[in-house]
Parts: sequence; C-alpha cells; structure tokens
Amino acid sequence: MEARDITKVFPGTTALQNVNFKIYRGKINVLVGENGAGKSTLMKIIAGIEQPTVGTLHLYGEDGEAEIVSFPSTREAAKKGIGIVHQELNLFSDLDVAENIFMNKELKKFGSVYIDHNTQAEKARAVLKRLGQDINPNTLVRDLRLGQQQIVEIAKTMIDEPKILIMDEPTSSLSVQEVRVLFRVINELKQQGVAIVYISHRLEEVKEIGDYITILRDSKLIDCCRIADIEMSEIIQKMVGRDPKKFFSGQAHETGRELLQVKNMTLPRFGGGFTLENVSFSVKEGEILGIYGLMGAGRTELLESMLGVYEKAQGEVWLEGTRLDKLSTKKRIQKGLVLIPEERQREGLFLNLSVEQNLTMASILRYVKGFHILKQLEDQRVNEMIKEMAIKVSSPQISINALSGGNQQKVVIGKGLLTKPKVLLMDEPTRGIDVGAKSDVFEIMNSMAKGKFGVVFVSSELEEIFSMSDRILVLSKGKITGEFNRSEATEEKIRKASEIGHGITVKA
Amino acid sequence: MKKKMDTRFSVGMLILKLRTLIALFAVVLVFAFIAPNFLSVANIIAMLKHSAIWAILALGMTFVIIGGGIDLSVGSVAGLCGMLAGGLIVEGLRLPIFGIVIYFHTPMLILIVLLIGILLGAISGLFVTKLGVAPFIATLGMLYMARGFAMLRSGGKTFPNLIGKAELGNTGFPFLGAGTILGIPVVVWLAVLLAIVAAYVSKKTPLGRHVYAVGGNEDASVLSGIRVKQIKMATYMFSGFTAALVGLILASQLVASHPATGETFELTAIAAVVLGGTSLSGGRGSIPGSIVGALILGVLNDGLVMVGVSSFWQTAIKGMVVVLAVIIDQYQLKKQNEAALKEQTRSDAADPAVA
Repeated sequence: MEARDITKVFPGTTALQNVNFKIYRGKINVLVGENGAGKSTLMKIIAGIEQPTVGTLHLYGEDGEAEIVSFPSTREAAKKGIGIVHQELNLFSDLDVAENIFMNKELKKFGSVYIDHNTQAEKARAVLKRLGQDINPNTLVRDLRLGQQQIVEIAKTMIDEPKILIMDEPTSSLSVQEVRVLFRVINELKQQGVAIVYISHRLEEVKEIGDYITILRDSKLIDCCRIADIEMSEIIQKMVGRDPKKFFSGQAHETGRELLQVKNMTLPRFGGGFTLENVSFSVKEGEILGIYGLMGAGRTELLESMLGVYEKAQGEVWLEGTRLDKLSTKKRIQKGLVLIPEERQREGLFLNLSVEQNLTMASILRYVKGFHILKQLEDQRVNEMIKEMAIKVSSPQISINALSGGNQQKVVIGKGLLTKPKVLLMDEPTRGIDVGAKSDVFEIMNSMAKGKFGVVFVSSELEEIFSMSDRILVLSKGKITGEFNRSEATEEKIRKASEIGHGITVKA
Repeated sequence: MKKKMDTRFSVGMLILKLRTLIALFAVVLVFAFIAPNFLSVANIIAMLKHSAIWAILALGMTFVIIGGGIDLSVGSVAGLCGMLAGGLIVEGLRLPIFGIVIYFHTPMLILIVLLIGILLGAISGLFVTKLGVAPFIATLGMLYMARGFAMLRSGGKTFPNLIGKAELGNTGFPFLGAGTILGIPVVVWLAVLLAIVAAYVSKKTPLGRHVYAVGGNEDASVLSGIRVKQIKMATYMFSGFTAALVGLILASQLVASHPATGETFELTAIAAVVLGGTSLSGGRGSIPGSIVGALILGVLNDGLVMVGVSSFWQTAIKGMVVVLAVIIDQYQLKKQNEAALKEQTRSDAADPAVA
C-alpha cells in the first residue's frame, strides 16, 4: 500500500504536507517523528478516520496491480483489510470483553436481531489466546488491568483478520512481559504476511522490531529507508532536524536565592499506591527547571498539586517564605504561582469567549474597582500583552476559536503572565504548535528567567529539556529518580533515570 | 492587521444576531394588524405585566444556564414561597414554646420570604457543588420537595384574602402585585430594575465574567483561580431569589396563595432563556436576550388570546416557536464559526510566518 502526496490542512495548521508513505507487505513499517510531526494524522487518513485534503491512497493487490482507494469511513477501510489500534483506549468499560471486540460487527443468529453471545465469546477467547492472554471474554472491561485493556483493543482489530495493521504507540501502557507478548504476536502476524505499521517514541523498540522506517518532521517526509541501513543517532538527528543542543536559544542563567520550595509532595492514587511520592525540590530566582518523565510519571499531577487542584495532595509548597499549600488555587495564583496547562483547549482556554476575556480571566480582579471592571485598564493591559507576546489577532474582541494553535498557546501563557507570577509552571508548553511559536515560547521563558523569576517546565521532548533547562529533574513513577545540572546531563543518563521503576530494559 | 468583512455577510450576521428582537417586532406587528386593540396603552401595560413575571424568572435562569447548570425548581419554589407568605400573613409565625404568634410588617415579610428563596437556591447549589449531583437531578428533586412542602403548609388548601389587618400592622401586601408607580405596575418596575442589575453584573463585573468562564470550561476555570463552586452557588441562589420574588408577586396579584401556583413556570422560564439565544450547554447567552425572549412569550400569549386562538393551539404554537428559535440558534453558531475560520485563514495567509 502506498499513500501518495498526502496533504491535510486543519483550521490553523497544516498537519501533513506532500507526504509519501509506503507500507510493505509482510514487513514491520515503523513511523517515527516528534510530537505534532503528523504521524497520527497520517494514520487516521489511512484508516479512514480523516480524509486527505489532497493526495491519494493506492492499494496494491497480490498481483501487484494498483488500485486507487478512498476511505470515507473506518468501515470502508476495514473492508479493505486495514485495522488500527489507537494510542488511547476506545473501549466501553461497562460492556464485557467479547461485546467490545464485536462492537458494531456483532454475530447474529435467528435473522439479524439476536446477538449470538456464545459464538462471540468463543471467537473472542480464540483471538485472545492467539495474543497469549488468558482473559475471560465475559469479564467487564472495567475490571481489567490497563495492559489487558490494551490487548483487548488489539484483539478488536485482529478479529477482522486485517491485511494492514496500524499500531499507534501500543506499548505506552504495557508492562515488560506484555510488551514481549505483543512483539511475539507482531512477528507472528508478519510471518502470515500482514503489513504492520508501528508508531513509537521508544527508539530502542523501533530498532528491535522494525524493517522499514519512515521519519516525519514538521508535517513533512524526511526520510524512508531500511532500518538496517540507518544508525540510531541518525534517526534522532532526522527526527529533530538539527543538532539538538544548538537549536534553541538555550543559555545558562544567573540564579539567585531560593524562590520556590516543594517538600514531600505526595498524591495517593485512586485504588492504592501513589501518583506522587515524597517529591521535593526547589527553584531559584532566575532559574529554569526542566522536568522530564515518561507518560504517567506524574509530571502533570506534580504541577497541578502545587497549584492546589487535588484535595488529596499532601506536602508543603513555599514561595518566598510564604506557605501556600493550605491556600485555595485562587490565593496561590495571587501569591505568584501560575500554571500553563498541558491541554490548552481543555484546560487553558474558554472557547466561548473572546481573546481579551481569555487573557484577563485569571487576573480580572486587578482591573476592578468595587464591583466594576475598569474596561479601559483591561483593554490597556490586553493590548500590552498582545504586543509583548506577538499574538497575531485582528482585534482583541475576536473569538479565541479563530486563532491558530500557536497563538492560542500564547494567549494561555499571556493569561498566566498577567497574574504577575513569580514562578511560572508550564506543562508541555510547546505541544502541537509550529516552530515559530515554539521559539517565541522559549523566548518568554528566557525573559522570565532574566527578570529573576522562576520557571518550571515539563516536557517529554528531551531536546527541549536539554537546551532550555538550567537544571533537570527526572520523574519516574511519581518519584524523583535523577537530578542533573546543565553541564552534567546526558541523554543516556536522563533516559535511564526516567525508566527506573518501569523495569523496561529492551535490548536490541 | 485590519480585518475586512464582506459587508453583505456582516449584515446577514447582524440580522441573525438581532433575530430575537426582530422576531419580537414581527410578532407585535402581526397582532397589531389582526387585533384592533392590541396596541392600546391598557393592553400594552397588561402584556408587560404578564411578561414581567417570565422575565424575572428568566433572569435567574439565565445565570444558572450560562454557568453550565439548569434550575427546574423555580416554579415550585415560587409556589412554596407564595404559600409561606400567605401563611405568615394569615396565621403569623407561631412559636408555641413561648406561646406567642408573630405577625411581620409587609416589607419585613417580603424580605424573609426572599431570604427563604435564596436559601432554597443555596440548597440546590449545595447538591450540585458539594455532593456532585447533576443539576438536572438536583433541581428536579428540589422541584418535588418544594411543591410537597407547599402542599403540606396548608394541607392543600388556599390562604385567602391576603390583605392583612390594620391592628396587626401587616397590611399593604397587595400593592406588590396590583400597585402602580407613575401609571406603570410595580411588577414591571421590578423586572426592569432587576434586568438592569443583572445585565450590569453579567457584563461589567468579575462575577459575571466568571459565570461565563465556569459554564464555558470548568477545568480552565479551576486553573485560572476561579472559585467554581462559589460561582455556581451564587447562580442558584440568585435563581432562588427570583423564584421567591415571583411567588410573592403571584400571591399578591391573586390576594391569595394556592399551593399549585407556579406549576410548569420553570419550563416557560427556560423557553424564554433559550429564545433569547442562551445555549443550554453553558458559557453563551445574554440578559437582554432573555428579556426579549420573555417578552415574545408574553406577547404571543396575550396576542393569541385576543385573536381568539384556542388555548390548545396557543400551547402548540409556543412549542414550535421555541424549537424554531433553537434551530436558528444552531445555524447562527455554525455561521459564526465559519466566519471565524475564514478570517483566520485570511490573516494566516497574510502572514507567511504562520503558514
């Protein structure tokens, strides 16, 4: 199969630009790229979830004959033998395993009314066995462990006997044994002539299992070759696109006295265990502290706990000698702590309101006399901020919906800055925004640091962490597993620290 | 970067935006032609008086709905508050422990009943914010509870003749419903006054801004330091206040309080709010819109009666109007998003750095 000259334009961003992608039969075709490079969009187009703005899909038969196909829906794609396992789980947790596997393709008897539960359960059991899992098909999905749920997700696709199977980061929530099982299954499918498309962030995995590799960057195709012909360092180089250490305007900052202290931050996990366990650290004036960790390491939860979002979080937070952890979120923001959240649309923006109203939402009490909002003062601050942040808007009254991702992110940051924070907490501040906006965001971080304020930022992109941070903390399974100064940090050290407690030692 | 709007397009948008006002004029115009006495001063005042009750309820409802909730209890709360007022006038407040009965002056009585309304709203609010009950369920529960207590207050009977007694010092209650100031009913004055306050609060105060924020995005509100629970509480309390006021007005107009008063009023209030362009999913809407919505319903109601349309048809027509309003509302939203997208594409195209 081949996807030719695919371009996909979303409002505000171009997700793919003239991308060609070949999928070889009976091979494992790996797709890599940074967050926002366009991997998921490409897969969604192949699986019929999204339609390309420009470009065609070609399907090659056994005899090598090409056929141009288009998939207006996932059903059409499934008919042609294309199955997709999504990164996120798409299961109905109150239905049982067999019902989930046969969702919308139920086996019927007595005409088309009655669902043949017994046969479904039998077939589900067979598929699960093939995946090396002894799961009772009548168990409710909510009672399964996360890893098992992922297996069910795969089984759902397998039931169609796909010719092309797309897996979008299937290992992100699996344990070591489960990853082993999955790899065995993938290899088995490959033997049977199934074409696998495998998307992953874990390059070690990619090296181990892949046959062909395709690298995407900034919506464009960068390279496509056999994995055997490419070095790991070359892959990273091509994914990132520059010498990572030189790209960002990374610079050491002069640091002063301690500004923020977090002591023994602990957040119990629902159903036992801890999301955060005794996390302590401090931030100095003028320091940028980078926090790195894998998915589920507790990064977001750490920042949110500092702001008082969770009632169950325990631990002290001190800002300039004032204790914050007994205060409400509102008070903490007033004292000078503010968070730029990870998902800007879900947690950062008010899509029903204008750019101006979004910008001043967290700081509105600064422009109030009695009950009255001083419109002139508000307008003035908003205009200053729009200028300072170089937000591209035709008018501050325009709906926030109209802005591109990068500009929306600047609005979220601007909203935070208008509260006059002393320490700025940023959760994945560059996710899903274009390169220009990225460097603007880094510029803001640097100027905060120069102004003797503190910045704490979380990122899952090592290059960002390296170039921006004065100091790097590594979080794994809710604990700090490493702390490095700018000079002593290496990629290997950080990766190792981030995997402590995960038990992942995938060898090539 | 200057935005250049297609003039034809923006005129279309303006018509869409002012559609409720245009609809109101259209309805008035149609009736003015059909019914000869429709535009007489007496009739206009009568219509305003009727609409004022819907408008007052709609004011409270608008805040609740913009804040992402709904209040189904307003009709029952109005009924209960009317009964409490009637009871206090006729029987007074009995304190058997001290062996005394207290009769309140009318202003004091009104104040007490309004506070009870706020309290009932606060209870709904507590269900929603502290106990996490869905607003629909919480206020549905309050609907039944308030109605039940209204019945219990008198055993289902009416408190008649709420004129008070001079020797008890509690006369004057009927003025609220029947009195006029400068020839205009007190009720209308109250509605106008409240509408001005509500419009001011919604647009010019942090509280109003926060209601829009909470209804638009609760997670983002929390992270922006907005006290989401308090804001929601405030909206339910205000809704309780408006319900109590309407209960008092109705009891005063009838000079009697009946426990079934106010049944289905909540639905009319919601209809007025929706007619005014407020989105039931929260975060979007306006006070002036709801006032116009209430006026449309009021005019439609009285107009249809004057023209001689049967009450069955009246109900059906009101239903059609509400559905039509929502369909147009959806259409406007779609057009608005398209316009925003167009503009953004234009500004992106003008700026090579984004493309």
